[in-house]
Amino acid sequence: MKELIPDIERWRADGRRIVVARVVDIEGSGPRLPGAAMAVADDGEVAGSVSGGCVEGAVVSEALEVHDSGEARLVTFGYSDDEAFAVGLTCGGTVHLFLEPLDW
Amino acid sequence: MASLYDTWRDAVADQRPVVLATVIEGPGTGAKILVGEGVEAMGTLGDPDLDRVVVRDALGELESGRTSVRHYGPHGEAREQAVAVFVESFAPPPQMLVFGAVDFTGALVKVAKVLGYRVTVCDAREVFATERRFPDADEVVVDWPHRLLDRVGERLGPRDAVCVLTHDHKFDVPAILAALTTDVGYLGAMGSRRTCAERLDRLEAEGADMAAVDARLHAPIGLDLGARTPEETAVAIVAEIIATRTGRPSSSLRTTTGPIH
Repeated sequence: MKELIPDIERWRADGRRIVVARVVDIEGSGPRLPGAAMAVADDGEVAGSVSGGCVEGAVVSEALEVHDSGEARLVTFGYSDDEAFAVGLTCGGTVHLFLEPLDW
Repeated sequence: MASLYDTWRDAVADQRPVVLATVIEGPGTGAKILVGEGVEAMGTLGDPDLDRVVVRDALGELESGRTSVRHYGPHGEAREQAVAVFVESFAPPPQMLVFGAVDFTGALVKVAKVLGYRVTVCDAREVFATERRFPDADEVVVDWPHRLLDRVGERLGPRDAVCVLTHDHKFDVPAILAALTTDVGYLGAMGSRRTCAERLDRLEAEGADMAAVDARLHAPIGLDLGARTPEETAVAIVAEIIATRTGRPSSSLRTTTGPIH
């Protein structure tokens, strides 16, 4: 998350609201380690990366929903036999993300 | 009063080690505690007993630079699952000390910066050890390598690296002897097979613990990639540092099976 500080500071100075998504856990072959983070401003501007590309779009959609609801949430992306997850990771792993408003 | 975010940001910007614990599942999702070495805990997860246990565990994780999810009961009970806490360590960058202000040094400094090291170049010869020659280094020190190690060696740990590139026994041997007294995770020294063999004889003559030399000294430095130029050699050196940390045999991915990372 620390690499996001310059963008977060710029957005805060502009009075924009921010949601931060952090990788908290991975199973199997995850592209980014726990701690990898992405921030999404309320106008949809994005900083950082959580997956090397595969699920970034879906994370931004989730982040915009967190902007609307104000509620932190845990989301999971990955491959599974029962197709329980909406978006797949081409590398075959499962990634757990925590999304929350940066209001602390 | 500074918010938790402001305190976290200032600590990270100043490279002070801190750890941020966030409830990601269970009562109080989103609640946080920030704590660091010599920094009083700030925030609460909503229960004083849970706070106490998480602060203790988080400081332990910070010490080894780990980031992970831990589970607790509502009051911090072990072996319960009611609360999931994401514990994220923000440790200062690892250190690399490069001894010898030679051709290979500039390339190694550049590659080490890509990997996030704080890099110090040290050479006793002041005409070579200049900031002008190594603009990417965080610090250029004119001194004997072993004397620098006497000053900073105590701070070196498993994440750090010492690369001895002087290939001059006069500087190398005392530098390696001093590096062996530290907990540095990677110690490598440059030189031909013959130079490396002679260096071992000199280390033995100086009373080095040869079992420790055998276990810890990577010489000739770097992986066998067929590297020739300074830039290729720098990649071979940092590749060996990564392989040493992960304990992998560093074969080509095409000849191995199993997870790729």
